[in-house]
This record gives sequence, C-alpha cells and structure tokens, in this order.
Amino acid sequence: MALTDLTAEQSITAIAAGRTSSEDLVRAHLERVEHDDWNNFLAVNREAALARAREIDAMPQRPPLAGVPIAIKDALSTRDLTTTAGSRILEGFRPIYTATCVARLEAAGAVVIGKTNMDEFAMGSSCENSAYGPSLNPWDTTRVPGGSSGGSASAVAARQAPWSLGSDTGGSIRQPAALCGIVGVKPTYGAVSRYGLIAFASSLDQVGPFARTVRDAALLLQSMVGRDPMDTTSLDWPDPIVLPTAGRLDGVRVGVIEELMGEGIEPGVRAACRAALRRVESLGGTVVPIELPHASYGLATYYLIAPAECSANLARFDGIRYGRRAEATDDLLEHYERTRGEGFGPEVKRRIMLGTFALSSGYYDAYYGQAQRVRTLIVRDFAAAFAEVDVLASPTSPTVAFRLGERTADPLSMYLSDVCTIPVSLAGLPSLSIPCGLSDGLPVGLQLAGPAFSENRLFDVAHALEAAIGFDPSPPGVTA
Amino acid sequence: MIDDHVTRHVARLARLELTESETVQMQHELSAILEYVQQVQELDLATVPPTTHAIPLENVVREDVPTPSVPVELALREAPEVHGDGFAVPRMG
Repeated sequence: MALTDLTAEQSITAIAAGRTSSEDLVRAHLERVEHDDWNNFLAVNREAALARAREIDAMPQRPPLAGVPIAIKDALSTRDLTTTAGSRILEGFRPIYTATCVARLEAAGAVVIGKTNMDEFAMGSSCENSAYGPSLNPWDTTRVPGGSSGGSASAVAARQAPWSLGSDTGGSIRQPAALCGIVGVKPTYGAVSRYGLIAFASSLDQVGPFARTVRDAALLLQSMVGRDPMDTTSLDWPDPIVLPTAGRLDGVRVGVIEELMGEGIEPGVRAACRAALRRVESLGGTVVPIELPHASYGLATYYLIAPAECSANLARFDGIRYGRRAEATDDLLEHYERTRGEGFGPEVKRRIMLGTFALSSGYYDAYYGQAQRVRTLIVRDFAAAFAEVDVLASPTSPTVAFRLGERTADPLSMYLSDVCTIPVSLAGLPSLSIPCGLSDGLPVGLQLAGPAFSENRLFDVAHALEAAIGFDPSPPGVTA
Repeated sequence: MIDDHVTRHVARLARLELTESETVQMQHELSAILEYVQQVQELDLATVPPTTHAIPLENVVREDVPTPSVPVELALREAPEVHGDGFAVPRMG
C-alpha cells in the first residue's frame, strides 16, 4: 500500500509503530501535489512543510495528529503563504497571520502542504469561477469537482492529501464532497472559529473537514472546535467530538426530506440514496418521510441573503491596504471602481451587484427583509422536523458531477446545484455528506443533517452507514 | 425587471467599474435572478420576525486586556503603495 493510500488515522498508527515518518508521508504527498493533473493547488508549501515534518519527527512526544499532511482551502489565511481566495484581486497576497482553525491543527501536529483551488471568494458550485482555472474531478477530468471548495475535495479524492479543510456557506463542502466521492462536513454554525477565513456571507460561513473516512473527518473536527476570543460568533463547544464506533442504528429515526427526493433530482441519484436508506433499516433504524414546507424557498432566500452579506464583506477589497491595485488613477472613487472592476471576476461582480441592489434604499424590505423572514420559516420547519426524527436525509446534490462548461452560461442553473444543501445552511445546522454509491460511474452523496450540536450523533450514523455501504473511494485511473 | 439606469446606479454604489458590454449583460442576468428570487414575496410574512443569525448569541464580551498589536512594518507589508508610516491613496476627487 502506498503512503498516499493511507487514511489519516492509519498514518498516525503507522508513525507510532515506526513504520513511517511524518517526513516520508509529507514527501509522498508533495510528490503528488507537484504532479498535479487536476489543478488543485494554488500554492505549495514544500520547504516549510518538510522542515515542520522533520521537527515533529524529532519530538520525544508527538502531538496527536503526529505530522500528518493536510491541504487547506485558499480562503483560509496562512501566514507568509500565498492566499488568494481564487481571486485576481488577491494575487500574490501573503497574509500576516494564520486562521485560528489552521493554527489549532498545526499545533495538534498537522502539516500544511499547500493551498487549494476554489471558486473566487467561495462563490460558485463548480470551481469554474476560480481566476486560476478550474480544478478537475479525479473520477472524470472532463467534469467539475463541485465547489466552491473544489480543489480541497478533488485533492483528497486524488490522494494528494489524506484530508483537507474547506468552507461551506450554502453547500461548498458537502456538494464537492458528494461529486468527488468523499466525506465532507459542515459543522453547526459557530462550531469552528472563522478568524482568518476570508468572509463571504457571515451569517452562514462555516469551516469544516474533508476526508476519505467519517472517522478521519471527526478527528479533524475534534481538533478545531471551540470558542476563539478572535471570533465572537464562535461557540463554547458543549461535548468533545468523539470518534464514531457505531455499527448499528437501533432506535435511530431518520426522516427523508420528501421535497428533495422528487422532481429535479436525477433518477440515479435518487436510486443510490433510496438504497442507502434501506440500509438504515437493515441496521435497525427507522425511516419516515418528513416535509419541510418552506424548503423550496431556500434557494431564493439564500440568493438574497448571501449576496447582501457578500456585498458588505467584499467592500474591504479596495486596493489600498493589500491586494492588487489598478494602474495609477488621479481620483479616489475612480481608483476603487477600477481596482474592483479589474480585480473581481464575473460571478463575484454579479453577487456584489445583486446584494447591493437587495440592500439599496427602496428595495430593502421587499428583498432582503423578506428573505430574512422566510429564513425564520425554514428554521421553524427544521425545528418541527427534529421533534419527530433524529436525523434528516436527502441527496447532497441533485446530480452527479456535471461537465465543465455545462452551467457557466446560465447563473441560475449553477445556483440549482445547491438546492439540497442550502436549507440546512440557512438554519445553521450541522450536516455532512457521505458517498453512497455510483450513478453512471460517478459518485453520489447522501446528506445527513441534525439539530445544532448533534455532530457526534451524525458521525455515528454516517460511520455505521459508511461501513454498510462499503463505498470504494478510489477513482478509476488515479494510480498511486 | 431592472433597467439600464438602475444597473449603473447599483454599480456606482458597489464601487464597480463595468464595461458597456458587462453593463448590458449584468442587467439581463440580474433581471433573471430577481425574477426567480422574488418568490419570497409570495408568502404572507407580516407576523414572522426576521432571522439574522440561526444560532443566536447575546452580549459576547471578553476581558479588556491590552495585547500587542500588529507592528507597522508588518501591517504595511502587503500594501500596493506606502507613504512613510501609512498607506498611500489617490487624492479625493
């Protein structure tokens, strides 16, 4: 077995047993990162990663993550390591501090090997909005890896890293995890500090892990959660994250979101999800239909709230304190307009415009105000559902990975990629995607969601299902 | 749904320079998106309060302890143009 085939947990065991070292593991993964067939990396941290690996190898007492390599979405700031958020406006930008979640993982013994490609400022569902070209799906390189955290998902599927970090605003971890056949977790809103995450929509953004097993994802989240004085929205975490061991689902009530199992969902995706739900029953759980009457308004609500928040958050990119600036202008207003006009790509401009419009005088109540009220109805729908069931299930994405270019001409068709993940995001709830089978040779993801702080329960259910499904996360043609 | 005048006005509010062709395309795309999202106006929401954050928190405070701030040279490191100890900006029009 190649070093790059090991899960993070297996790597930690192998290091502890003296069968390999952090340096060997980091070197093996860097080798794959540097021969990148999928355009997954925007920056490689070769020398610093190898130095850190040797340092950890020399420690008499290893930190818990033992020097296992990790890839980080380029939306997370890393001190002195180029961070662009997939945008021209941040080309060459080297942050002066490291995001808290990354710093916590480094302190726990993870070694950052590089920064992964993404839709510009996390706006997109295919990675095609990256200013540096799209990442490709290791299952079929004519197809997208999903987005916005496309590079982080593709890198883990392609064994360039055993795990990685992404950020999820409306589905940006779960949807690419589904399309690349791996596990992706969006924790409860506030679980992970966002200090150092380049902000998109602050009432929704959350950092979370990608991995090839549920246990690896849990292990990574375990090392990140908890209050950070630098992020006032971060929460005191009630119970530690525990690595799941469940093999049975006796007594677990799973609700199937009926609105997300019908029209608009590909038949092959539906079939794979139904098959996974039958396994819930064979493991001792019960499956019941659940209605979320306002889920169908989720997409419209999201495409008012998220652009409104982004239009405010992206005001900071003005070409003055950092980032790219337009050629000399002799007027400040012209400087702002030109710097931003040149620096942002089409989707980012579209969302800034949409958000600015939705917040502008005369339209605020009809659009942004109305969306915030619909959000309340969606929150209430979930609360009512969780009075009946422990976990909600649906497809993660309505389709398998689509072809490059297929949806770029029509923004709305791209937005529909997140129709299953957005309602959960609006309610701030934890959810994850696990691979549940193939449709036409491409991975299908099953989304599981629970009430706030139910991560341990979600991991247990996902772990039991993962074992029962027995999905092989090796894309054909990706060799060690 | 939104006309050329509104498109240009919003672009100005957003401090975005758009080319002529971008302006035309933006107007079409925004109109299509707004037509879709206006379904939020179908619902009777008079008695429904807005949600700003799904996990509500109140009065988050921390100890008021002075800590070292970013050194000036580090703060200026990434600036496109520096003047003395500050960021250089074009003159106000």
